[in-house]
Amino acid sequence: MTTSTVTAPASAKTPRKAAAPDPDRARRRRRLAQWGFVAPAVAFMLLFFGYPLVRNVVMSFQHYTPKTFFTGEAPFNGTDNWASVFQDVLFGKALWHTLVFTAGSLLGQFCAGLALAVFFNRRFPLGGVLRSLILLPWLVPMVVSGIVWRRILDQDTGVLNTFLDTFGLGGNTPWLTSPDMALLSVILVNIWIGIPFNMVILYGGLQEIPKELYEAASLDGASAWRTFRSVTLPMLKPVITVVLVLGFMSTVKILDLILALTDGGPADATQTLGTLTYQNSFVELDFGAGAVVGNVLILISAVFAVFYLRANRTEGK
Amino acid sequence: MTAHPPVAAPHLRERPRRAVTSLAAVSVLVVGAALTGCAQQRDGDVYTVMNSSTDETYHRWDAEAMARCGERLGVTVEQQSVPASQVMTKALRMASSKSLPDIVQFDASEMPTFAEAGGLVDLRTLGLETDGVPEGIVDFGSYEGTYYGAARSVNTLALFYNKDILDAAGVEVPTTWDELRRTAKKLTQGKRYGLALSAGGAEDGVFQFTPFMWSNGGDERDLDSPEVVEALDYWKALLQDGSLSKSTVNWTQADVNDQFMAGNAAMMINGPWQVETLNSKESLHWEIARIPVPEPGAHSVGPLGGAVLTVPDTGDPERQKTAGRIVACMAGEEEQLTYALNSWMVPAHGKAAAEWREQVPELDALADQVAAARSRTAKLGAGWSGVSLALQSAFQSALTGQSSEAALKRAQQRATSGN
Repeated sequence: MTTSTVTAPASAKTPRKAAAPDPDRARRRRRLAQWGFVAPAVAFMLLFFGYPLVRNVVMSFQHYTPKTFFTGEAPFNGTDNWASVFQDVLFGKALWHTLVFTAGSLLGQFCAGLALAVFFNRRFPLGGVLRSLILLPWLVPMVVSGIVWRRILDQDTGVLNTFLDTFGLGGNTPWLTSPDMALLSVILVNIWIGIPFNMVILYGGLQEIPKELYEAASLDGASAWRTFRSVTLPMLKPVITVVLVLGFMSTVKILDLILALTDGGPADATQTLGTLTYQNSFVELDFGAGAVVGNVLILISAVFAVFYLRANRTEGK
Repeated sequence: MTAHPPVAAPHLRERPRRAVTSLAAVSVLVVGAALTGCAQQRDGDVYTVMNSSTDETYHRWDAEAMARCGERLGVTVEQQSVPASQVMTKALRMASSKSLPDIVQFDASEMPTFAEAGGLVDLRTLGLETDGVPEGIVDFGSYEGTYYGAARSVNTLALFYNKDILDAAGVEVPTTWDELRRTAKKLTQGKRYGLALSAGGAEDGVFQFTPFMWSNGGDERDLDSPEVVEALDYWKALLQDGSLSKSTVNWTQADVNDQFMAGNAAMMINGPWQVETLNSKESLHWEIARIPVPEPGAHSVGPLGGAVLTVPDTGDPERQKTAGRIVACMAGEEEQLTYALNSWMVPAHGKAAAEWREQVPELDALADQVAAARSRTAKLGAGWSGVSLALQSAFQSALTGQSSEAALKRAQQRATSGN
């Protein structure tokens, strides 16, 4: 299919001059054809990404209430929504929780994932079996993990506290019931969920590093740590960027896990931008305020995406 | 060489045109399918009820009731069940695409929001009568004086207790706050707590706080009043005594029921929708009583819960009239009794409730509690959700260390600034 489209214009060059049809017309047609191929993708992007995005921005400047669904009228109210969201103490809290949650989760997931990937990169008996077992958390739906972890972390009857108790390690830890602990517990659960993803991608990256580099390093007498720092890490850099960016995107918008674990509580201690926009839009039905928080989330992701593209470009040079 | 050009030239011309037309055709088809997907065609004699009966048993009971009413009225009634938390948003989406079902069963606390938006039809104009329905329950289905929702059954909270545990300890069923505190403390032993209740960060927790707030004379419009502070301090005292688990702040009402059934709690605050599950464990001997009150002789005011059948404004008066008749049938005395006996809820209709009391004497206390119960939206209407969120945050803060007064003061500020 591709070869025929490429060769056809080439072979047609001479005859066109001979038959002398309008060259402009042919070019226009070709352009039209090219656009024809691009059009579905553009239409898709506009319909499913462009439209909701613009709609969300517009909505954040509107008084959008349940009544709007009937009348179709959503009067513009300037920056009222933005002002009320930014004045809400909960927004500041949620923003801070989101940052801590994202940074903590990524750090934990990445370090544990990298350590496991390096570990499994060496061949040893049952390595393959163990590696596939570690994938299991990834296969469990997020809500299911959330509900199971909520039981595990229960203060009185949870498996974790019972386990800690038998070893005399303070079996009365208020994992999800203390506002000081809850965010940490939620981060720990999210790290557990994110390890397999990090491990799989990093493991794939490790497999791509030529063995000769390690041989050369050992000939030069490099220590294990030196080899890791000077061979593994630099060679793995592109993969690391991908893992962190994808991890960031899926972590910053967290909602389901928190709803299942704590519902944003206790006392709003695990309220993130994701849960706040959900609460604004679908509990209070104040869609304008929900859209503001959603836009802030998009903005954060966009800033991160710009950094990512920059990093990629300098790497290309 | 010369043979090629004539073949190649049409070939070149032909290909892009075909590609363009076929792509255009596909785009038209896709967009067309997307657009037609929105509008839903209403079928002549088929009426749709949207509810939240996603549980197998409830779905079956409702289907049976709808089949009986459909047969009586000569129409087909179809049931569409979505999770309770999605009824409102789904109904709103359907409103904007003009594809509302003929009947929607809303949770009574959500009905005012939909009514305020102008989405509901006054049931009285459709010929529904409220004779024999207690005034409190008519109010429960009304918004700003207009009767929009017919309740089939109502529920509220009560004190459930494990009879064996209370008998073994030789204690009476508590009726006042002091007694409840003493009894709960006495019944707390080893891994077992005296009392379980839900103070979770959702409507469940607020629902459970209201009987304490209201029985003490508190008002949801005045969250930092001494009466509400006192009620919250009482919860705090139960927690400080060790009679309540610290996990209380993370429990839903279903979790509370699990704890009670597992023997981890001697008493619990819960509702009749748990009865079916409770009865599945034969070794468990439970009974119910009214929720204890602050002082002897005070009124025990619980929250009125339950769903109401509403007729959304679909712009088709004829269909709305028939929908009204379906609602009247489903919320009629006979169907109410059947439904109430199945689901352990209290019938909304006065006569049906009296009949129900005779048939289920063990839930008598519940019927008393319902008679005195109050609707959450009676005073605030659609403003309830904001107050509810502020209140959740307040009692969770107070139960995890803050002072009740400071937490409720903040809640009151948040509630008033939000409205």
